[in-house]
Amino acid sequence: MPKLSLRAAALAVCASAALFTFATAASAGTLEDVKARGVLRCGVAPNSPGFAAKDAQGNYRGFDIDFCHAIAAAIFGDAKKIEVSPLGLRDGFATLAAGGVDVLTHRLTWTFNRDNGTGVQTVAIVFYDGQGFIVRKSANLKSVKDLAGATICVAQGTTTELNIADYFRSRKIPYKLATFADLDEARNAYEAGRCDAWSNDRGSLAARSQAFKNRAEHMMLPETISKEPIGPIVRNGDDAWFHLVRWSVAAIIAAEELGITSANVDEMRQPTSSPEVKRLLGVGDNLGQKLGLSGDWAYNIIKQVGNYGEIFERNIGEKTPLQLPRGLNAQWTDGGLLQAPPFR
Amino acid sequence: MRGGRTGLAIQLVVLFGAALLVAGIAHNVSTNLARLGIKTGFWFLSRPAGFDISQTLIPYSDDSTYFAVFVIALLNTLLVSFLSIALGTALGFVIALARSSANGLVAAAGTLYVETFRNIPLLIQLLFWYFAAMQALPAPRTSFHLGSLIFLNDRGLFIPTLQFGHAFEPMAGAIVAGLALSVLLAAKARRWWAILPCILLPLAAGVYYRADIVWSVPQLQGFNFHGGVTVLPELLALTVGLSMYSASFIAEIIRGGIQAVSHGQIDAAKSLGLTRWQTSRLIVIPLALRVIVPPLGAYYVVVLKNSSLGTAIAYPDLILVFAGTVLNQTAQPIEVMTMTLLTYLALGYAFSLATSAVNRQVRQ
Repeated sequence: MPKLSLRAAALAVCASAALFTFATAASAGTLEDVKARGVLRCGVAPNSPGFAAKDAQGNYRGFDIDFCHAIAAAIFGDAKKIEVSPLGLRDGFATLAAGGVDVLTHRLTWTFNRDNGTGVQTVAIVFYDGQGFIVRKSANLKSVKDLAGATICVAQGTTTELNIADYFRSRKIPYKLATFADLDEARNAYEAGRCDAWSNDRGSLAARSQAFKNRAEHMMLPETISKEPIGPIVRNGDDAWFHLVRWSVAAIIAAEELGITSANVDEMRQPTSSPEVKRLLGVGDNLGQKLGLSGDWAYNIIKQVGNYGEIFERNIGEKTPLQLPRGLNAQWTDGGLLQAPPFR
Repeated sequence: MRGGRTGLAIQLVVLFGAALLVAGIAHNVSTNLARLGIKTGFWFLSRPAGFDISQTLIPYSDDSTYFAVFVIALLNTLLVSFLSIALGTALGFVIALARSSANGLVAAAGTLYVETFRNIPLLIQLLFWYFAAMQALPAPRTSFHLGSLIFLNDRGLFIPTLQFGHAFEPMAGAIVAGLALSVLLAAKARRWWAILPCILLPLAAGVYYRADIVWSVPQLQGFNFHGGVTVLPELLALTVGLSMYSASFIAEIIRGGIQAVSHGQIDAAKSLGLTRWQTSRLIVIPLALRVIVPPLGAYYVVVLKNSSLGTAIAYPDLILVFAGTVLNQTAQPIEVMTMTLLTYLALGYAFSLATSAVNRQVRQ
C-alpha cells in the first residue's frame, strides 16, 4: 500500500503543478518585458528587398527594419538591439498576438477586419501604398480594364484577393485567379507564364520584382485600384506600448517636417532652436518620461536612424533599385499625406 | 496493466491529471483570447467571403458564405484525392506486375520506377511537375491541340463539355443518382440492365426540366480559352505527381500480396488442371487480396493527407483556401483549424470503415 500512495501522490502533484504553470501570469507590460529582455523583437515580411531583406553580410536592412531600429533606439538608446523574425502572411498576427514578437513592422495593410477581432491593432501609417498590377510589356496593355478574361497571380490571405474581386466584379470585367501560398511563388508562376498579370501592393511589387530574370520585360499598369495604408502593428491590451510606438513613428515624421536630420540633430539640440524642436529633442523638457523612456528618446532615434525622408531615401527612394517616388508618402507641406501630431 | 484496485486507482489518478491539464490549457486560451479581445464562435461561417477561388465544383458567387468556401475546398480535396487514388492504384498494379515479371528488362524498369518515385520527397516531385513541366507547355496562343476540340497549354487542359443551362442542379443530381443506382445494381444483380439507370435517369430529368443541353467547345478569346471544362494546371500537376508517387508505394503493397501467396497453392492448382487464368482468378487473387486490402486502405488515407501538399503549387484545397485564406481574413484560427482537423479526421475514419467493410468481403 505505501507504494501505491507514493505513486498516486506523485501523479497528483505533477498534474497540479502542470495546472499552476498555466495560471495566467500577471501581465507585465510589453515595455517592461522588452527592457528586461534587453532586445526588441520585430516581425517582418520574409525577404522583401528594400523593406526587410538580408544583405550580403547577412544583416537585415530595409524600410521596415529601420522603423524597428528606431523603436529600439528610443527604448535602449541603441538602435542595434533588435531581433528580427521573418513571418509569413499566415503567421504574422498569430505570432504577435501570442507574444512571439513585440511589434510587427510588416507589409500588412490596416483594415477594419484586421483591427477588430484579431487581437492586434495598427498603430499609425508609415507608408501609404495601393494595389497595382505588373504585366508583360509584350502584351501591349494600357490599363487594368484591358485585363478582361486574363489570369491574375496573387498570394493567399492578402487584401489583394479581396480588392481584385471587388474591383473587377463591380466593373463586370471577367477574370481568372491563381492563388499561391506566398508572394514569391505568385511571382514565379507569373514569370513562368501561368498568369497574364501579377498583383499586389505597389511597394511589394517593386521590391519583389527585383528578382525577375529580365526586369525590362515587365511593366506596372498605371492604375492603383485600392488604398493600402501600412504601419506598425501591436497587441491589444497594452496602451503604454501602443503610445510608445505611435509617438516614435510621429517623432520620425515630425523630424523631417522640422528639418532635423541625423547630420544636424546635434546642432539643433540647442536652447536657441524653435520650441517644438526643443521639446522633441529633450531640451528643457522631458516628454520621454510620459512614455516610460529617457529624455533622449527622440534624439536617439534621429541620430542613429534618421528622419522619415532619410529612411525612405536610404531604402526605397529614387537612388535605390526600387526607385519609389515619395508620392503620397511626402509631408503634408509637400502635398503628401504624412503629418505627425504636434509635440505639445 | 496491473489489475485490481491498485491498477484502477492509478488509472483514475492519471485520468484526473490529464483532465486537469486539458482544463488548464482551455482556461489559459480563453483568458488570453479575452485579454486580446478576440471573439470565438462559428458565426463567421455565415458571412460573405468576397474572394475568388480558381476551381469551384459547385456554383460560387459574390455573396457565397465562408461555409460555401469550406464546402468547395473540401470538394477540391476529395476530387484530387479520389483521382490520385484511382490513377495511383491502376499504375501501381501495372508496376507490381512489371516487377513480378520474368522479363529482366521489364522487372528492372519496374524497380527503377519504384526506387525513384518512392525516395524523392513528394513536395519536390510536385514542384517539379508544376514549375518544370509547366515551362514545357506553350502559351494559350500556341497551345497543343487535338483538332479544335481539346487544348493543352500553361493555363490548363481545355475539354468540350455538355452544359445544362438552368437545369444544372437537377441534371447533376440525376447523373449522380443514376450512377449510384447503377453501381448498386451491378454489385447486387450483376445483370446487363444495371447500366440502365445511369442513362435513363438523366434523360428523364433532361426532358422533365426542359434542359437546354448545349455542347460547349473551348475557344480562344483574348487571354484565355472560354467554354468547355478547364482542368487547371494545378490539378493536373497535383494529380500526376501524387498518382506517380502513390503508385510506387501501392505497387509494393500489391507485389507483397501477390508474393505472399505460397507456391504450394499454385502448384496444387496446376496439379488440379486449372489454367493460368483460372489459377489467378480463383486462387491467387483472392488470397493476395487478403494481404493487400488492409495496408492499401491505410495508404489511401495517406494519399488523402498528402493531397494537402497541393498548397505548395496553388491547388485550392482545404488547407490553402480554408485553413489559409479564410483563416487570415476572419482571424479565427482556433475555429478554422478545429474544423479542418475534424474534417480530415472524419474523412480518414470513413476511409478506415470502408477498408474494414471491403476486408470483411475479401476474407469470406
